[in-house]
Amino acid sequence: MIGQMSIPFRLLVACIYLFLLAPILIVLPLSFSNDSYITFPPESWGFRWYGAMFSHSGFINALGISLTIAVTVTVLSLAAGVPAAFAIRRRRFFGRELVLNLFTAPLLLPSIVLGLAILLVFVQARLLGTYTGLIIAHLIITTPYVIRIMLTAFSTLPPSVEDAATMLGAAPFTVVRRITLPMMMPGFIASAALSFLLSFDEVVISLFITGPRLRTLPVEIFDYVESQTDPMTAAVSVVLVAATLLIIFVIERTLGLSRTIGK
Amino acid sequence: MAAIISPIAIADAPTRRKTFPFLLIALLLPMAVINFIAFILPVIRLGMISFIESRSGGVLTNNYTLENYANFFTDSFSFELVANSLLLGFGVTLITLCCAYPIALFLHRVSPKWRNMLFVITVSPLLVSSVVRTYGWMVILGDQGVVNGILMSSGVIDSPLRLTNNTLGVFIGMVEVLIPYMALSLIAGFGRLENVYEEAAASLGANSWTRFRRVILPLTAPGIALGCLLCFVLSISSFITPKLLGGGRVFLLATEIYDQAVIQLEWPTAAAISVIVLIIFGLALAVYSRVVKRFD
Repeated sequence: MIGQMSIPFRLLVACIYLFLLAPILIVLPLSFSNDSYITFPPESWGFRWYGAMFSHSGFINALGISLTIAVTVTVLSLAAGVPAAFAIRRRRFFGRELVLNLFTAPLLLPSIVLGLAILLVFVQARLLGTYTGLIIAHLIITTPYVIRIMLTAFSTLPPSVEDAATMLGAAPFTVVRRITLPMMMPGFIASAALSFLLSFDEVVISLFITGPRLRTLPVEIFDYVESQTDPMTAAVSVVLVAATLLIIFVIERTLGLSRTIGK
Repeated sequence: MAAIISPIAIADAPTRRKTFPFLLIALLLPMAVINFIAFILPVIRLGMISFIESRSGGVLTNNYTLENYANFFTDSFSFELVANSLLLGFGVTLITLCCAYPIALFLHRVSPKWRNMLFVITVSPLLVSSVVRTYGWMVILGDQGVVNGILMSSGVIDSPLRLTNNTLGVFIGMVEVLIPYMALSLIAGFGRLENVYEEAAASLGANSWTRFRRVILPLTAPGIALGCLLCFVLSISSFITPKLLGGGRVFLLATEIYDQAVIQLEWPTAAAISVIVLIIFGLALAVYSRVVKRFD
């Protein structure tokens, strides 16, 4: 009897799930509308807005810019975050707690405040509307997550495992290749996937520091939604959601999503 | 995405390894540079600019003044902004809790076979851009959207209900955006809930409502506190959903920061409002830590 769930309770949960997924599910039928504005159900169906999306130079340019930035940010996040996490986990030094808190503190700052603060510095450094500026700004969002994930990953690999391999005659390079890297792989993949998604989706901070010639895809979509109400955004959204689902699916198959972001 | 608030244990670093300072510095340097350029320096500059006297047109002077704060506290519009933000924060947090709690309870009780898949479904909206999700709500709630379409074609109403470009629309959109965060926090706190406690209460004659109120709720209270803190903090600082679903008619602290900084170019004013948002954050954290202390 206890722990059993009544039918009304199950129905309530189903309704909440419907509410939670409604805005993501609704864009799929709307993206096949041929109408000039948002009506539901659409009066005519077709692929008009998919065609319009691929010939919209703003979206295509922004997609290229966003991908370039997201890939660069992912590589640099790992390059900066992994050594820092390693040092914090494996080395003893003065102010270790302070360094960790400082490196993960940007998580706690509201992005609207962080965006303004970065704008105020970048406007002086002439970094507004540049790749360098956007990449640095995205790094401050992604690296705290990389450090947190890698701290957990390093804690699952006690130094004694590597020591055991060394004692059994493995050369340092072999230890890294056969022991350290394989055991770290889930952490690397999780950090890389999360960095990519965070950078690719980042909108608030990007809104503050993009320039007229260098706009990321979320900024382009935000401006488009704010000024136009036609189903093209639905087509763009479907493509984005499909790409995200693909990434989630791959991670879930290789690692288990709950283990990756449930930490 | 925003903060995952939970402490990290780092106390188990080995002592026997010799530390070469230059290697340590090399390991930490890239991260330190990023942190300095994009966090420490900006936060210091934000604080300084909030005290700088501005001339019209966004020209900054070298004079320090309290004027930006004085203007804020003497303007009745500022009080409207603070009141709107706080009301929205509390209201959205409460409704989000009511929506996420059944989900968390369900996930806690459902068989492990379903739990993983449903957990992924619960958190997957986090990976969809908030712009896309907000656009989805504009489609559902708009004048010619799904809800109005169904109600008008079935003859319930003659003219569309106004569900967007007002506080109601912002409210609905924010609750949906925040449910995954709340659910994650609640699930993290549900570990202490075990069936044996409920069975004990039931055998002592407690009905299901009493069991919920006296057993389930107190055991899950730490998760509730964490989720409420997270949602309150996120709703105070959220900007995309209020901007798009509010249609420029819902005035909040976060939207005002953006308008002042990007449209009016009044950076000192925007910086001062940011500092006030940070103070509200600090207060929320203080309340949270006092509440959490009472659980132990």
